[in-house]
Amino acid sequence: MTDVLAPPITALPDEHGLDHDHEEPHGPTGILKWMTSTDHKVIGMSYTVTSVIMMVIGGAFAEIIRAQLWTPNSNLVSLAQFNELFTMHGSVMIYLFAGPFAFAALANIIVPIQIGAPDMAFPRLNALSYWLYLTGSITLLSGFFVSGGAANFGWVAYAPLSNSINTPGAGADLWIGGLLLTGFSAIFTGVNITATVFYLRAPGMTMFRMPIFTWNLLVTAILILLAFPVLTAGLIMLYCDRHFGTHIFSVAGGGVPVLWQHIFWFWGHPEVYILALPFFGMVTEIIAVFSRKPVFGYKGMVFATLTIGALSLGVWAHHMFTTGVVLLPFFSIMSLLIAVPTGIKMFNWIGTMWRGQIWFSTAMLMAVGFLVTFLIGGLTGIYLASPPLDFFTHDTYFVVAHFHSIVMALVMGAMGGLYYWGPKITGYMLNEVIGKIQFWFLFVGTQVFTLPMYLLGLRGMPRRIAIYPLHPSWQFLNDVSSVGALLVGISTIAFIVNVAYSWKKYPAGDNPWDGHTLEWFTTSPPPHHNFYRLPQIRSERPTWDYNHPGHGAAEHGHHHDERKEVPVP
Amino acid sequence: MAPPTLTPQGVSKRSQLWRRVRRVAWLPVAALALAGCRIPNFGASPGATTSSRSVFHLWQGFSIGAVVVGGITTILIVWAVFRYRRKGEHIPKQSQYHIPLELTYTIVPILIVLGLFAATLVVENKELADPRTGVTVDVNAFQWGWKFTYPGKDVVVVGETTENPEMVIPVNENVHINLTSSDVIHGFYVHAFNFSRYALPGVLNQFTLRAVETGTFNGQCTQLCGLYHSLMFFRVKVVPDATYTKWLAANYNPAAARAAQSATNQQTSSVVPTKLQKSEGDN
Repeated sequence: MTDVLAPPITALPDEHGLDHDHEEPHGPTGILKWMTSTDHKVIGMSYTVTSVIMMVIGGAFAEIIRAQLWTPNSNLVSLAQFNELFTMHGSVMIYLFAGPFAFAALANIIVPIQIGAPDMAFPRLNALSYWLYLTGSITLLSGFFVSGGAANFGWVAYAPLSNSINTPGAGADLWIGGLLLTGFSAIFTGVNITATVFYLRAPGMTMFRMPIFTWNLLVTAILILLAFPVLTAGLIMLYCDRHFGTHIFSVAGGGVPVLWQHIFWFWGHPEVYILALPFFGMVTEIIAVFSRKPVFGYKGMVFATLTIGALSLGVWAHHMFTTGVVLLPFFSIMSLLIAVPTGIKMFNWIGTMWRGQIWFSTAMLMAVGFLVTFLIGGLTGIYLASPPLDFFTHDTYFVVAHFHSIVMALVMGAMGGLYYWGPKITGYMLNEVIGKIQFWFLFVGTQVFTLPMYLLGLRGMPRRIAIYPLHPSWQFLNDVSSVGALLVGISTIAFIVNVAYSWKKYPAGDNPWDGHTLEWFTTSPPPHHNFYRLPQIRSERPTWDYNHPGHGAAEHGHHHDERKEVPVP
Repeated sequence: MAPPTLTPQGVSKRSQLWRRVRRVAWLPVAALALAGCRIPNFGASPGATTSSRSVFHLWQGFSIGAVVVGGITTILIVWAVFRYRRKGEHIPKQSQYHIPLELTYTIVPILIVLGLFAATLVVENKELADPRTGVTVDVNAFQWGWKFTYPGKDVVVVGETTENPEMVIPVNENVHINLTSSDVIHGFYVHAFNFSRYALPGVLNQFTLRAVETGTFNGQCTQLCGLYHSLMFFRVKVVPDATYTKWLAANYNPAAARAAQSATNQQTSSVVPTKLQKSEGDN
């Protein structure tokens, strides 16, 4: 392999010079920069910080909920406050943390760089997305400060509980308003990512050379475009029912309450994958880089993502099996089938680690923690796709446990993503020792807090109850679960401590992890328009190919080194 | 097992020990084998109705699948994590595709899923079957309580929150439930029946259960319905047929039943008189 020529570097036409140590955009700095910038990295950073703050707020609600459930007859909070707390916990975590973090925070920063683009396709629209998101978040949370309190009908807002008779307060309207704003923010981000991926890829970056993270974000963005407008429309209908005398969801005027559930879950189930796919992408990148191997079954991975995206549009009514008004077998088989592409991903991740040289940095630990936790959540999800088993477990803690295994796996993916890409975004590493402490608290805490919930559900504990006076025997498992939640809380504190402790302490360099994709080819942090030069793009790992000539992907034991055979155009 | 060492005198001491060990060793093995015949319940319980037992067996089936698939996957993850830790700076073989392997882990899950779906269909059809004979109970959920009316029997039981109203039904008899709601969506859930169903405003939800055990079972609303959702309890008391008849007679109260019936009618008719329909799609 010694005769392989070092691949040439493609210089970009707008190169200002090779001094790329300090390249700040000409313009304001500090808070003015934050407020006026249309740079995707600045906006992405705003998204990251805001959504992590939302995670902390939502997590604080969770801790209060778990404290309330410590004893069967606890009155730490009132029944009314409890309803507000779990409604806002779910709403903040899903609408304000997981979603925006997944498709707008790291995605905003990384996707353009991974495809060699100078920015998002519509930078100003991108800024508008962020400001809508921030405004929407504040609107939603401000419900706590109005009389009657915040929304209290659960994060799913089932009609007719969410109508103006049953939930008269302004908190519910602020909830609707906040979601409309963040919903438009999501739609604009979806437009932006789709356009960026389709139109701004660097020369040589064909679709099948896109990193899996970018692929997943593309599918996510398309799902956003298909799903979010439905939610937005539904919210407007709900608002009209509440204030303008329409009867879309109320029986009194000939409306159909279950229609809300159809609309909500037609958004809500793709939303599950809108949340999950970006984290799948993060984990894929992390596992490949820290195993020093290409993504195993790259094309299979892409098709699995596309299949999940397609199937996710036809499974919404599995949330409605117990309504008695949906066609059970269709939604059952569609939901069960999602296990297949998800299984392919799982085995591809294991295949990527197989015979690798795994470096257990915090990011990689988080990715492995994701695999294990996601496996538990995924397997328990298969039960719920079977209507008879759903009749048995629906609206019990089994369901709560199932989706908390999933979302906690996603949180591990998110943390992995922050440890992995943080150095690229900021130019500085996070402390690995604190990182590992954080990982173990998060991983152990997650299992301690979710596993008892499965058992509680199987013993008949319904979700969204503040007290369980007739079932004192549920207390022990609830207490274990609360301890687990506390451990997870400590892990979040460890993360905040780590950010403060490592502040500008450990310079990262351009490529600290021996990365595969284009973001590791530019500086940390990248300059204003991301690149001064690009390597040749001949696979989905251009930076790796550049740094390790002769170590391209092998197929069935044969080396196919494209560079050797195909001359540079 | 090491072969026994024979001495000229006969069987060695070591061999005698072995024989003794072997004499008792089969006990735990046999115990394990017996335990193996009884499939573990994986956290669920068989429950008290015919359907709850089929659901329980389906649960066991799914769990065996989950344990096998989850076990294999966990072993693979753990193996990869420990076996392929970084041991130096050298670059491992950059293998990326293995089509036969990838096809295997695509096709095998499809087959598993089809198997699970087939089992689901069998249990689902059994559970949602609608036999002709049996007794009927109208169950009406409201904020925040339950009303059990026995049509044609002039018996009604109403109770709110911690009053814990009791629905009495005969054992070994089909009980048709007509489930309605007067206001928001509620969840009719009895843990011992391994079953729940929404009480939807404007929809008549019907299902049948057949208790095979006597006893009193706790039920609770499972769908968030407002302030006192946590306290929306009820009980189901399964009694022998004779006791059931006696109970009906003892609670015969035409005036109360008429009042309750007209209250329900008022509630539901003021909501919508024409929309009350049998739910579709179940059968």
